[in-house]
Formats: sequence, C-alpha cells, structure tokens
Amino acid sequence: MSNGQLLLLALLLPFAGSALAAFLPTHARNAAGFMAGAIAVAGCALIVLMYGSVAHGEPVRLVLEWLPMLGINVSLRLDGLAWLFALLIFGIGALVVLYARYYMSAEDPVPRFFSFLLAFMGAMLGVVLSGNLVQIVFFWELTSLFSFLLIGYWHHTAAARDGARMALTVTGAGGLCLLVGVLLLGRIVGSYELDEVLNAGGLIRSSPLYVPVVVLVLLGAFTKSAQFPFHFWLPHAMAAPTPVSAYLHSATMVKAGIFLMTRLWPVLAGTDTWFYLVVPAGLVTLLLGAYAAIFQQDLKGLLAYSTISHLGLITLLLGLGSPLSAVAAIFHTVNHAIFKASLFMAAGIIDHETGTRDLRKLSGLFRYMPFTATLAMVAAAAMAGTPLLNGFLSKEMFFAEAVENHTGSLLDDSLPYWATLAGIFSVTYSLRFITGVFFGPPPTDLPRMPHEPPHWMRFPIEFLVLICLLIGIVPSYTVGPLLANAARAVIGPDLPYYSLAIWHGVTWALVMSIIAMIGGAVLFLALRPYLDSGVEGPPLVRELKGQRIFERMLVVISWQLARTLERALGSRRLQPQLRIVVVVALAAAVSPFWLRGMVAEGPLPLTAFDAAFALLWAVGAGCAIAAAWQAKFHRFAALVLLGGAGLVSSITFAWLSAPDLALTQLLVEIVTTVLLLLGLRWLPKRIEEPYPTSPPPSVLLRRYADLAIAIGVGIGIAIISYAMMTRPLGESVSRYFVERAYVGGGGTNVVNVILVDFRGFDTLGEVVVLCLVGLTVYALLRRFRPAQESIEAPEQQRLQDEFDEAAPDRSPGDTVADYLRIPRLVMQWLFPVIATFAVYLFMRGHDLPGGGFAAGVTLSIAFIVQYMAAGTRWVEDHLRVLPLRWMGFGLLIASATGAGSWWFGYPFLTTHARYLDWPIVGKFPVASALMFDLGIFAVVVGATVLMLVALAHQSLRRTRPRRTAEGD
Amino acid sequence: MEIILAIGIGVFAGSGVWLLLRPRTYQVIIGLSLVSYAVNLFIFSMGRIKVGAPPILPGPGVGDPATMADPTPQALVLTAIVIGFAMTALFLVLLLAARGLTGTDHVNGRED
Repeated sequence: MSNGQLLLLALLLPFAGSALAAFLPTHARNAAGFMAGAIAVAGCALIVLMYGSVAHGEPVRLVLEWLPMLGINVSLRLDGLAWLFALLIFGIGALVVLYARYYMSAEDPVPRFFSFLLAFMGAMLGVVLSGNLVQIVFFWELTSLFSFLLIGYWHHTAAARDGARMALTVTGAGGLCLLVGVLLLGRIVGSYELDEVLNAGGLIRSSPLYVPVVVLVLLGAFTKSAQFPFHFWLPHAMAAPTPVSAYLHSATMVKAGIFLMTRLWPVLAGTDTWFYLVVPAGLVTLLLGAYAAIFQQDLKGLLAYSTISHLGLITLLLGLGSPLSAVAAIFHTVNHAIFKASLFMAAGIIDHETGTRDLRKLSGLFRYMPFTATLAMVAAAAMAGTPLLNGFLSKEMFFAEAVENHTGSLLDDSLPYWATLAGIFSVTYSLRFITGVFFGPPPTDLPRMPHEPPHWMRFPIEFLVLICLLIGIVPSYTVGPLLANAARAVIGPDLPYYSLAIWHGVTWALVMSIIAMIGGAVLFLALRPYLDSGVEGPPLVRELKGQRIFERMLVVISWQLARTLERALGSRRLQPQLRIVVVVALAAAVSPFWLRGMVAEGPLPLTAFDAAFALLWAVGAGCAIAAAWQAKFHRFAALVLLGGAGLVSSITFAWLSAPDLALTQLLVEIVTTVLLLLGLRWLPKRIEEPYPTSPPPSVLLRRYADLAIAIGVGIGIAIISYAMMTRPLGESVSRYFVERAYVGGGGTNVVNVILVDFRGFDTLGEVVVLCLVGLTVYALLRRFRPAQESIEAPEQQRLQDEFDEAAPDRSPGDTVADYLRIPRLVMQWLFPVIATFAVYLFMRGHDLPGGGFAAGVTLSIAFIVQYMAAGTRWVEDHLRVLPLRWMGFGLLIASATGAGSWWFGYPFLTTHARYLDWPIVGKFPVASALMFDLGIFAVVVGATVLMLVALAHQSLRRTRPRRTAEGD
Repeated sequence: MEIILAIGIGVFAGSGVWLLLRPRTYQVIIGLSLVSYAVNLFIFSMGRIKVGAPPILPGPGVGDPATMADPTPQALVLTAIVIGFAMTALFLVLLLAARGLTGTDHVNGRED
C-alpha cells in the first residue's frame, strides 16, 4: 500500500471502530475498550510509519475523485504539523482509552462511550489530515457534534446536558462562521485545496476580503479553543466523564482551533489586523483564565480554567506573527497536551478514589496515594513551568518572545509585564492544586476511603509524565526533530534560530521565570487564608459570567423573540394559513399579467368546437360546484358528486388523446370512492347549522372573502391554461421520447415507455412514495382510536341486528346477507374476470394503453370487491392477500431489474428489449422494462389493498375510547 | 374546446379552493381531490390538446411527434393520479386519527 492509502486507512479506522463499537452489547466494556485501544495503537503505528516521508519535507497526499464535475475531491495531506497533531491524537487517544477502561463504571453503557470517543478521534484526525478547506470545516463540525455526545454522555444529569448543549451551540456557531470564512478564502484563491491556499499568502493578505476572512476564521478558532469572550463553555464541559476531559480539553477538541490558526498562520498572520485581533484575545484569555483558575474550588474547574489560560498563551504567541513565536506556539501546544492530559487523568483518579473533586474537602492525600501524588506533582510542576520539565522550555520561549519587540505598540511594549503576571498566576494555581490536594491534614469527610488506583489506570499518567521529563531534560533528542518538521510545515524551509536547551545563560526570560516562581509562591501564601475560607469563584470578576450572558441570549433568541414572532406572524389555525398560501400563490400568478400586460389569447388556431364536450363539462362543472356546496352537510352526496367530477375528467382524458390517463383515472376513481366511503363511517354526525337564523357579520364576511378568493383562483387558472393552450409548444424532450420509444424502448405506447424506461428512476421513486404512504396509513391505523360517538355500530346495522335477534329463526347479520345475496354472487364471480382483465392490461401496457399502474389498481379493485361482497372475515378466511409482501416483492423486483443492468455493465435501470415469438400467443415483447413494470404492478396492488383493508379492518376491531383525564 | 377545458379547470380549481378554506376536514378532503383533478388537467393541457391522436406508435419504427399528443405531460399526470390517491388516503386517515384524538373534525383541532 502506498503512503496515501495508509493515510486513508488511518482516517477510516476510528470511524469503522466507532460503527462496530456501537453494535456491541451494552456492557461489553472490555471488548469495546480493547478494540478502541487496538485502533488507537494501530493508528499510532501507521502515523509513525509515515515519518520517513514527512521528515523529508514532502507531505504525504491522497486525492480521490468525489464529484469531479464540481471539482470536489476527497483530499488528504500529511505534513510535519499534521503529523505531530495526528501522533498526539492517536497517542493520547490510546492512553485515554486505557484509562477510560478503568475509569468508566461497569454499569455505564461503555461501548457507546467508546463508539463516541472513536468517532471523535476520527473527526479530529479529519480536521488535521484534510487537504481541503471545506473538508476541514466538515470534520470540524463533526468534532463539535461528537464532543456534544461525549460531554452529554451522562445525559441523566442536567449539568451534562446543559454543558453539552452550550459547547455545541458555541462551537457550532463558530463553525458556521468558519465555513463562511473558508468559502471567502476559497473565492479569493480560486481553490479550496490547502496546497494552493498556502501558496497564495500575498494574494490573500492584499485582498479586500482579507479582514472579513480573518474575522470569520478567528471566530471559528476562538470559539473552538475557548478564547475570551467565548471561553465560558469549557468549564461547563467538565460535566463530561474525566477521560473525555483529558482527551478533548488537552490534546484534541480545543486544540482544533489552535491547529487551524497554525495551519493558516502562513497566509493570514503577520498583518496589523491579525496582531490586534489575536494578541488581545490571547492575552485577556491568558490572564483571565489563570486568574480564575486560582480561585476554583472544583479540581476539574481549576484545570479547565488553566487550560483556557494556556490556550490563550498559545493564541497570543500565534498572534505575534514572528516565526519564532510560531515555533513556540507549536511547542507549547504539544507540551500542554501532554501535561494537561496527565493532570486531568490524575484529577479523575482522585475523584474516582475519594468520591469528590471539591478542593475544600480534599487534603493530605499524599499519605494514601503517594505514587499518584508524585506523578501529579510532576505534571503540575510542568504546568507551572519548572525547570527540567517540558513546560519550562516552551514558557521560556514565550517569555523571550514577549520581550522581543514586534510592532512597537503599547500593547507590544507591555507584554513582558503581562507575561510575567500570567507566569505568577500559573505558579499559584499549580501550587494550589498540589498543596490543596496532597498536603495538609488528613481529609475528614470523604465519601470514600482513598487508596492507590489499579496499576493500569495509573499507567497513562506515568507514561505522560515520563515524556514530560524526557522533553524537559533532553529536548533536542526527543521533541527536537518533530518540532522542526512541524515548524517547517508552517514557516517554510528556513527555520529561525532557536535552541532547545535548558540553560541559555542569564537572559530576560530566565529572570522572568524566576520572578514568576517566587511571585507565584508569595501570592499563594498571601491568598491562602482567603482560599481556605471556601468562597466559590474568583473575586472582582465573579459577577462577570459569560455563561449568564449566553443563557440570556439563548432565552431572548430562541424563546422571547420566537414567541413574539409567532404571536405576530403565526397562527395555530389552519384556515388563515391556507388563506395566506392561496392568496400569495394567486398574487404570484396574476402579477405577470398585471405587470407585463400579457393577454390570454394566443396565436394557435383553436381545436374545433364540439357541443358534446361542452355538455360534458357543463355536467362536470355542475358536479364540482355542487360538491363544494354540499360537502358540509351531505357528505355522501358530495362524494357522489366528486365521483362525477372525476368521471368527467376521465372522459376528458379519453377525448383528448390520453387513453392511459383516462383508464388510470377511472380505476383510481373507484378506489378513491371506496376509500372515502370507508372513512365516512368514522365521521361525526354533522351538527345542524350553528347559526339558525343568519350567521354573524364576521362569519359572513369571511365566507364572502373566501368565495372571492376561490372565484379569483378559478378565473386565474382558467386564463392561464387558456393562454398556454393557445400558444405554440416549443421543442421539448417529447420529440426524443416519441422517436426513441420503439427503437430504444421496444414499445409503441410512448407514455408507458417513458414511465418504465426513459424515466424509470422517477417511477421507482414514485412507487417508493406509494409504499411509504401505505405503511404510514397502516401504522397510523394500528393505534387508531375513533371518537367516542362513532364507536357504536352504525344505526342501520343496529336496526338490522335488532330485527334479526327478535326473529327466532334468524341470527345477526342475516338481513344484510339476504340483501346482498345476488350481488354477492355476481361480485364473487367477477373476481377471475377482473383479475384476468388486470393481467390483460398489464401485458398490453408496453404497446397499448394499460401498464403496471392501471393493472395494479385493477387487481386491487378485484380484491376490494371481494371484501365488499362477502365481508372482511369471510374473505380473510378464504384468501390471504398479504399486501405487505406484494409491496416488498414489488420493490425488490423493480430495484433488482434496475440493478440487473449493472451486471451487464450499463447504468442503473438500462432496459433491454426484444420480441419473442411464443406459440399460440404470437409475437410478445420481452423487455426488461416488463419486469420493472411487474414490480410497479405489485407495489400498486400491495399499497392500495393495504390502505383500503387497514381502513376496513377498523370496523372489526374492538375499539376503546381514548382515555380521558378523569380516569380509565 | 380549449376555452371549455380552461373554464372547466377553473371551476374545478375554484370549487376546490373554496373547500380548502372551509373549517371541516371532510370538506378539505373533497377540496383537495377537486384541486388535484384541476391540477392534473392543467398539467395535461400543457401538452396542448389534440383530438384522436393518442401517443401510441402505429407500428415498429421511429415515431413522428407531430402526429400525436404530447406524451410527457401524460406520463407526469399518470403517476400523479396514483400518488393523488395515496395522498387522499393518508389525509383521510390523518383526519380520522385527529378526530379521535381531539374529538372534533374542525381543521384547527378545536371548535371555534
């Protein structure tokens, strides 16, 4: 396999694992954990395998055509930066999986957890490995989505739900901004491919769209990386299980924003716009996060705010715009991922073993878990930036960059002081973490007796702390080359001079470090009495809560604003809504006549007038108007009149050269009438006219308005259709259909050939719709509860039954059986006749009027007639129709016929036609379209019968009234 | 002929729309059916009207579009008729279910 394919494999592995884990049994904790771990380790190995080619400075690429006509490809690209991030994702991912195996309780649905975690891993990898901007955004949104699921994993707690929703809302909104930014970027460059975008830095920076692009991309990155003022979601995301925090909030999720800023750093950074947008945001986040971290009482809260602060630091470095600061940013990203993951895991162990994360309760744990305590202390020291640990090196680089002059502005000049202050804060909160948890008197009221965790639960921390030490002590042998590769991918082949050494002599950076160490310790001692008093939240800014503003905004937008709009514009009544729809449609149709002065009369000569046709339509129009008039009080009459209107339209089709339509319309008319007849039984008795004398003026006004609208629509559509019919028809696709019907489709009935051959795919879609409607009707009726007053048997049936019971020699049902004796016989005998007619219609369909639709409806009529003649019970004792099977087989035949053409190397639904000379029958067309038509036929039979029979069955069911509030 | 058909379509559509705006679900069902007749005829008439020229080829070979009615609108309408039946069925069941649920056949789900 080539490197590119390996890359694709690495990206697909987590997603495949996720799908697999989702199907594991709910409590298969070990199996899911083992699989997830194996995938992470395998991914790690794949990434390491590709180190060789990445180290040569040539990115590994893979481009798969996806929609070549739109120029959209699946594009993967692995350079030094992506390699480093991918290693972090898989490496820390593997450790987190191991940790989670012990952390997660056996009662939780752990496979689901691993499924989400793996999917998140895949999404994050997608962000890092994509070689295409739009693709990055796609995976970016996936990470938001899966982080939502992970944070909300314990969805039974309100905190988890709220935290998850907040994270999704903030990062998802940022993702939308990013999408717009990326689209603008693609517009400037003319391509979304990362390679081309990265080569177009000058073009982008000089474009008038540069500022909007930067603002939008930064909105995406800031929300994701929890930069002020969007930082507030991160502390709330701590409601997630600790492995999730350790993964998402150290190495992955929040680093996606950092990754994006680093990725686009070569083309976006280096301008004043960038500096003044990114540096203040980073600086405020750095200071505010560190300040708030000092005063947290929740262990994970402390870590969350320190994460915010470190993300601010990295952002600040990226904002400075100098190559060296970019190197420092990448370096600190790696270091922070390592020590913060281990700290989160340590916090998780403390929580797991003691049952609390409250710093006010925790104390003196060193004597119970010395090993874990030592590890946590080393990691916390790395966080504080103590020498010989990895955090020291990158912090040192940060201090050096802060001293360096970049733009000469006030902000730039004051940076060293701010940086030192942030350093002091970070030492203070690290000290607080260590002393608060591990030292001091033994804890008094812990929910559980603390002890060391199982060894393999601690192992990830050991491993990460070891790396902290290795990087801290021998940086150039460990992280050096990796950092150089990553930096080259960002800055270009010529790296600025930097030295990864512990001792650089006495520099400003060293002085600042020393001040920070001493100052931090002093500040901690000074604050100790205040911290021990147990007040929640940081002083001064306690009231300033992003969360509150966020919630207020949500309430305003999604509740108050929506309510107001709904009140102002909406209605829960159907009639006004329909009125608006109709009036708007009418206005839209009338406007061209109005504005452009169109005339109805066209140049085409009229077809010869026929008095019989006029008479026919006089009847049709009469039927329609009478139906409209009678539908309220005389439903049955309205139904008959509706049938009359349908008949007129059927005859019109026949008259005007559309025999197929006439046939289908006639048949459908029959089933529609039966259907509505079945429904009539469940409708309430019509209340008499509510206004015995005359309706109030408001009602009258409404009726007249509706009448005006109806007349307007009628006249309008009449004019439009007249205008259309009297204008010549342009060239259309019909020529092709008519010319090719026999030559290409093997049939002489053009309409049928269009349905089953030329536009077969449409027809397939339509029969699927038919199936879905059938199933919906079926499903709705299964839970059908009729209204109270229509549960009783209808009046006629009751009278007949009473009569039958009164007479000694009759049993209930005899009367109706007597009535129907002769019709029943006729109707039963009709079954073979109608069925044969259906077969006949089906067979001739390809050449003469008929076809699957008409034949299907005909056969269903044959079945329905049986039901009507003999009653549901009798029919079902003698005949098993199984409409669901008809539908299933029909769909199967139709799709299989379509797919069959793949076998011969043609596109879906290519038909093959030939004539066979059968004995006796004569020449007979055998087109594969005939098979397709058979499928349609079966579906139509199944769906029609299903709907009608399901409705007919309602009368047999022993139905109960709906439960009312008063009782059962 | 054209003017008769046009007026006919107009009457169907007008009656249907009147019923669509009525308060009882049954009226709306009948209205919907009438509107669908009107729309089917309207789409069908887009192919212009011809008497006695069904789109069926006289025999094997290449057909001549000038001699027959336009088959495309017919094919469209044919499926529309069947789907229209499905729609009516779905709507009928919905109205029955809604009536069981709300105790009224008013389109708003309550009498007012």
